[in-house]
Parts: sequence; C-alpha cells; structure tokens
Amino acid sequence: MFGFDRKWVLCGSALFLLLGINNAFAEYAYNFPEAVSPLTRYIFDLHMLTTYLAFWIMVVIIAIVGFTIFKFRKSTGYKADQEFHKGAFGVWSWILVPVIVLGIDFSISGPGLKALDMVEKNIDADLTVKVIGSQWKWTYEYVNDDVAIISNLLPQEQAGDKYLREVDNPLILPTHRKIRFLHTATDVLHAWWVPAIAVKKDSIPGYINETWTEIEKEGDYYGQCAENCGRGHAFMPIHVKAISPEKFDAWMAEAKEDELAELADAQSDKEWAKEELMEKGERVFNTYCAGCHQATGLGVPGVFPALKGGLIATGPVEGHLNIVMKGKAGTAMSAWAAQLSDLDLAAVVTYERNAWGNNTGDLVQPKDIKAAR
Amino acid sequence: MTTSVLHDDHHHEAPSGWRRWLFSTNHKDIGTMYLIFALVMMFLGGGMAMLIRAELFMPGLQLFQPDFYNNLVTNHALIMVFGVVMPAAAGMANWMIPMMIGAPDMALPRLNNMSFWLLPMGGTLLILSMVVPFFGMGAPVATGWTLYPPLSIQAGFGMDLLIFTIHILGISSIMASINIIVTIVNMRAPGMDWMKLPIFVWAWFFTALLLVLIMPIFAGGVTMLLFDRHFGTSFFDAAGGGDPVLFQHLFWFFGHPEVYVLLLPSIGVLGVVIPTFSRKPLFGYKSLVFGMAFLTALGMVVWAHHQYTVGMSVAATKYFMIGTIIISVPVGLMIFNFIFTMWRGAMTFETPMLFAIAIIVMFSFAGVTGVMLAVVPADLQYHDTYFVVAHFHYALIPGALFGLYAGVFYWLPKWTGHMYDEKLGKIFFWWTTIGFNLTFFPQHFLGLAGMPRRIVDYNIQYTEFNVISSIGGFIFGLSHLLFLYIIIQTVKGGKKADNKVWEGSMIGTPGLEWTLPSPPPHHSFTVPPVVR
Repeated sequence: MFGFDRKWVLCGSALFLLLGINNAFAEYAYNFPEAVSPLTRYIFDLHMLTTYLAFWIMVVIIAIVGFTIFKFRKSTGYKADQEFHKGAFGVWSWILVPVIVLGIDFSISGPGLKALDMVEKNIDADLTVKVIGSQWKWTYEYVNDDVAIISNLLPQEQAGDKYLREVDNPLILPTHRKIRFLHTATDVLHAWWVPAIAVKKDSIPGYINETWTEIEKEGDYYGQCAENCGRGHAFMPIHVKAISPEKFDAWMAEAKEDELAELADAQSDKEWAKEELMEKGERVFNTYCAGCHQATGLGVPGVFPALKGGLIATGPVEGHLNIVMKGKAGTAMSAWAAQLSDLDLAAVVTYERNAWGNNTGDLVQPKDIKAAR
Repeated sequence: MTTSVLHDDHHHEAPSGWRRWLFSTNHKDIGTMYLIFALVMMFLGGGMAMLIRAELFMPGLQLFQPDFYNNLVTNHALIMVFGVVMPAAAGMANWMIPMMIGAPDMALPRLNNMSFWLLPMGGTLLILSMVVPFFGMGAPVATGWTLYPPLSIQAGFGMDLLIFTIHILGISSIMASINIIVTIVNMRAPGMDWMKLPIFVWAWFFTALLLVLIMPIFAGGVTMLLFDRHFGTSFFDAAGGGDPVLFQHLFWFFGHPEVYVLLLPSIGVLGVVIPTFSRKPLFGYKSLVFGMAFLTALGMVVWAHHQYTVGMSVAATKYFMIGTIIISVPVGLMIFNFIFTMWRGAMTFETPMLFAIAIIVMFSFAGVTGVMLAVVPADLQYHDTYFVVAHFHYALIPGALFGLYAGVFYWLPKWTGHMYDEKLGKIFFWWTTIGFNLTFFPQHFLGLAGMPRRIVDYNIQYTEFNVISSIGGFIFGLSHLLFLYIIIQTVKGGKKADNKVWEGSMIGTPGLEWTLPSPPPHHSFTVPPVVR
C-alpha cells in the first residue's frame, strides 16, 4: 500500500519539477513570462517557492486522505475506534497544527516581506514616465522631456495573431536605466500590467501610484489592462519596446524635435488644405475618438452616437464645434478643448464632416477654433 | 366574571393551498421554500455561467456585446452568492437547527416568514436590473459583483435597481440571522448544552454573527453609491474631495467576512456528515469550535488583501499580509480535524461522504493557492487575473456549493421520508466533480500566463486552456440536470427512510433530528425532549 502511494507521488513530483524547470527559462502559456527586471525576477522565484510548497502540502494531504480511504473502511471489516478523540493524540494533537502551519507560513513570509520592501523601495530614477489610463487607451508622458505617446489597440486586420496584445504606438523605454512609473487615470479605475518588467498598481483617478523597473534585456514586452474599466477593458493592451540607452537617447531627441515642429505648425496662422486636414484629422480621430465612435463612424447604437450621417456632423459647424470642445454633461463625451490643440481640433472636425460619405465640404481652420474658445 | 378566551392547545386546521406557503410560520415549510428558491436561482446563475464559458470558448467569438458580457459576469456572481448559496444555507438552517436542538420552531416564526418572502422580491429586482438596459434605460451593470466606482457611477438605471436589491436581500439576511442567534441561545432543549451541539449549529451561530455585523456596512456602501449617482455627493469622487478607494474598503470589509458566511454552513455540514459515515465521533470538537471562533474574528480584520494594488501604505500592506497568512491556521485545523475523524473510523462511501472527502482535498487546494495570493509581491502579479478566479471557484464550489450538496443528500431522506437513488447520486458526484476540475484547474495557468479577469475576448495564446475550461464548464453545468432529477424523484417516492436514516447518524454529538420520524411531523417537539 505504501509502495502504491509512493510511486505515484514520485512520478507526480518529477513531472511537476520538469515543468517547473522548463518554466524558469522560457515564455510558456502556463506560467509567468520570463522576468527581465530584478524585482520581477525575485517575485518569480518567490512564486515558484510558494508553488512548490503548495504542491508538497497537497501531496501530503492527498496521501493521508488516500491512506484513510483504503485502510479504514467498513467493507474490509475495520472497527471504528470510538475513543480515538479522547486519547492523548485526540486531546493534544491540535497544537501540531499552528506549529506546522505557522512554520510553513514564516518560511513564506520571510522572502515575501523582503520582496515587498523591494517593491516599495524609492529609487533614484533616471527616467520618470507618467502612465495614464483612459477609457480605452493608454497615454505615456515622459515627465522631464515633455514628450507623450498615445497607445491604442491595433485593430484585428493589422494585428493578426497579436490582436488584443498589440498597439499602434508602443511605449519606448531604455534598458539598464532605473525607470519610475507614475500611474493615474482620467475617468475610471484601470491597471497597467506588463508582468515581465513590473508589478501592477491600480490607475485611480485623483491618485498617483508608483512602480519601478530596470529592464535588463532589449525586447518587446506585452501586457493588458488589469482592472475592469467598462466595455473596452479587453481592448486596451500594452506594448513596451525596450531599446539600448544610446538608441533611446537618439529616439528621444528626434521625438522632441517632432513635437516642437508640430507645436509650431499648430500655432501658426497658415491656411491648411483639405487633404492635410483630412489626413491629420483621421489620425486624431483614430487616436482619440474611434474608441467610442468606431473607426467606421458608426458608433455603438444606443450607447455612442454614429457620426456617419449624424445630425451634428452634417449640421451647422457651430453645433459641431460646441459638442467637441465642450463635451456633453452626463455622458461619456469629454470636453476636448483642453485636451487637443487648435490644429488637432480643426483637423478632426474637418475629418468628421467629410468622411464616411458625410461630404459637407466644410473646412475648419485652427484660427476658427481659436476664435471659438 | 371575565373568562379569558385562550387558544386551548393551539390546535387548528393547518392552512392549505397557497395560504400555507405565503403565510407560513413553520420552519420546515420556510426551509423548503428557501431551498426551492435557491435551486431555481442556481439554474439562472448557472445558465449565465454557461453563456460566459460559451463566449470564452474560442477567441474572437463575440457572441455578446462587451457590456452585456460583463453584466453576465456581474449577475452570475450576485445570483450565486445572494441567490443560491446564502438562501440554500439558510434553508438548511431553518429545517435543521430547531430539530437539532429540540426546539418546536424558530424563536421568531413571523420574522422567519418575512425573511424568506423578501427573497423573491429581491430576486425580481435583480432580474429587472438586468432587463432595463434593453429598454433604453442606460448602460447595464458591467462592473463585476464588486461594483467599484467610478465605473459603477456610469451605469444606468439597472445599477439603482441593484442597489435596492442589495438593501432588500441584506434585510432578509439580517433578520434571519437574528432569528437563528436567538433560537440557538434560548431554545435548546434541557440537556442540549453548548458543547453538545452538532457542529452545524455552531457553524451557523458564527455565520449569523458575521451577517449581523457585515450586512449593514455593505448596505451603507451601496447607499453612498446611490447618493453619488443621483444626489450630488462625492463620497467616491476625488474631484469632489472623495476617494474611489473608500468604496473598496467598505465593500471588502463586508466582502471578506462574506466568504466565511458562504463557507461556514458547509463546514458545519461536513462536521456532521463525516462522523456519520466514519461511524466515529468528530475529532477535536472543542478545538473546532474555538477554531471557528478565531476564523470569524480574524476574518473580519483582513479585508484589504483584496486591495493590495491600490497603493496602501507599506505598514498597512504588511499588516494585511501577515493577518491573511495566519488565516491558514484555523483553516488548517478544520482540515486536520476532519481527516482525523476519518482516521481509524469504519467508513462507507455514500454520496454525502463522497462529497465530503472531495471537499477536504479540493478546499485544501484553495487554501494553498490562497496562501500564494496572500503574499503581496506575488499577488501584484496574480491580482485581477484568472489565477484569482480559479482560486475562489476552488474555495466556493468545493467549500460552499459541494458542502450544500452533501447536506442535501444527507438530509433529503429526513425531509422527504424517501431514500434518494444511491447509484444516481454517485454518478452525479463523479460527473460534477470531474466537470468542476476540468473547468477551473486550467484557469490557474491562464492567470499566470497573463489573462486578466472580466474580459470578453482574449488573444489566441490563451486558446487551449480556455477550450478545456469551457468544455469542462458545459459538463459541470449539465450535471445539475441530474441533480434536479434526483431531487424530484426522491420527493415523489423511493425506499422508505426510518428515523435514523444512516447507521452512524447518532454517534458523537448528534442532533435530535434523528429521533424524529422521516419525514418529521409538521410540528415536531411540541414537548421538549430531554437530552442526557
């Protein structure tokens, strides 16, 4: 009987160990992805410790229960020991439970508390990135460099097998630099989670939460929003592209230049041509508006109005500017006046008035927006 | 001279027809109504689970709009917690506690009636809250059962109906709990001392204490939500000086002890089932009572382990981590005591015992994944993933639901006077246990691999385990048709059951229900029995 139990236990644990060793080195669909930062690697080891402990505890419990089922049955003639609970074991053995359980607990909480100190340590960050969750996209702001990236879901046609994990603009980060993330949200709770590089903290409107990382390897790291934020919760993935510090500095310099150039353009008084406005407008629309109104302009019936053939988009320009710039109280429609530049607003309104067959022929210029503010 | 007109011996024609049920003050009838209500709600909540698993069967299916999908997720949980487990456990409490302690009925029979009849009213409001979005009254409640603001502020009229549902169901639970506590304290037969009570009675005693303490907090929290939604307050809105995390604390101060409310009655069932089928007294009765008391107390002060990611101070986080890890001690003690009740017993494996043994193993598994989750840094990776979903289904289905099944099979012969079909019972046990494990074991791996909760669709990398889980889900769901069949068949007829029903039912600290006929008369113990 003991031989029977032991054989299966040995087989089972060998199999489990094999799985465990494999998981330590590769990205499989049944364990955490490979950790590339000191903290996530320590947490992975902590997770494997508790997993092995859990496994062996279950082995012991199943062995004992299995043994009782085979040995203490009426059908083999065993007679029940009515006084068992009154004997020495019956009266005193309960003490074993807190001793053994607390022993196991302390062996877990030791490394656990150490890892917690690592999570909460205040680092001297080389780079600080503000991570802002919105319904339903992520905005990343490099706090000291005034550059921002807006990350939207990449639609199925473009993402293929990576649909629901791939974005249009990934977050670019340098390796081998200490990075502090500041998490917040604009509307409801979200959570930014890229397991390979950092732990998750909730993005709470009105709060700033902090996590940190130091990425040790160049590569692409993926994650998803991890706090229910409404209908788009499954549709706001995260892609971090980690590149060497030198490549990052070069990228950042270029990004700052582009940003300045765009700002200058937006603030100039020039008259923009329809094609320029439509092109820019489409990009603005897909970044900020398509999440609700859809790239097709059809919206979601009963929830988000259609813009294609819509009364406001084909009606007077004033009404259209009003709702885009001031939003609509009591709905999810934001006031975009504070969030977008004159040029972006002009372009997106022009786009909405002429796309999807709306064809009003209206052009809105940045100076019209400026006048309407 | 005045003659006082008294009822002579309170003997009257028992009401019949619908009056018998609507105006019932009989603990057996009310218990039956609770159980039937729970059974009906189980198919409703279970049906929603089938829809959820259908949507997640393969990536890209899009059977449902994302809002409706998360509404299904929300209502599946609310129905299972408030419409199935709690009413079924209350039904068993109603049926069994008076008989176990030798009381003629519950202490407050009219309150008992109201406690039950509030449930169909609450259930109706709950269903309405699902239905009104289809009539243009705003977005459905798609927050998950946790109802976190600010997202819950965005929901439409269905959310307000849900808040009223919670008020009504909460009042029902509080009244039932008061009734149970008063009955246990005051109406035990002479000689039925506290330390002679069946463990089921102790378990419900602690459950009732918890409910009285926590339900008002939940009601307060959702009322504050109602005010934020309609009356211009900003309890949970940072822009107005409030705090979204405040709701989380209020919710989980209720929500964590609530899981012990769900668990303890089933532990109580195990505490009577295992001695019966081991033919041996319960091991460690006293330590089990103190263990349950410790669990009740400790369970009230560890709520924020559901909130490790919100950004609490390090000190608070460390406190909650240590407190949560220590819960493993009383839970370990329960498992220890049940195993050593079996040890050196003479076991037979009828359906209730099969469930009891399976519960010991599977609930222990939930316990060990619970310890994994308690470790904060690791939880910062597990939180809000399918690892958590797997953990709590292993805790709730073996821990709460299967415990109730064990109780149903154990007491059906007493309630109906007929033995259920043992062969069918065993088939149901294996069918449901295999289906359950197929559904939820793979979900641990999905969570570790990165699949978050409450998502309507997922990337193709998660396909394989989701397919297995969905197939398991359909198997698990279908098994309940057999459960329904067994119950109906047993009510209608079967081998006659005697008073004792089970060979080992009178061993140790049995309840007095086994001294009564099966089924017991409408009024049992009109004269108090004496317990030696």
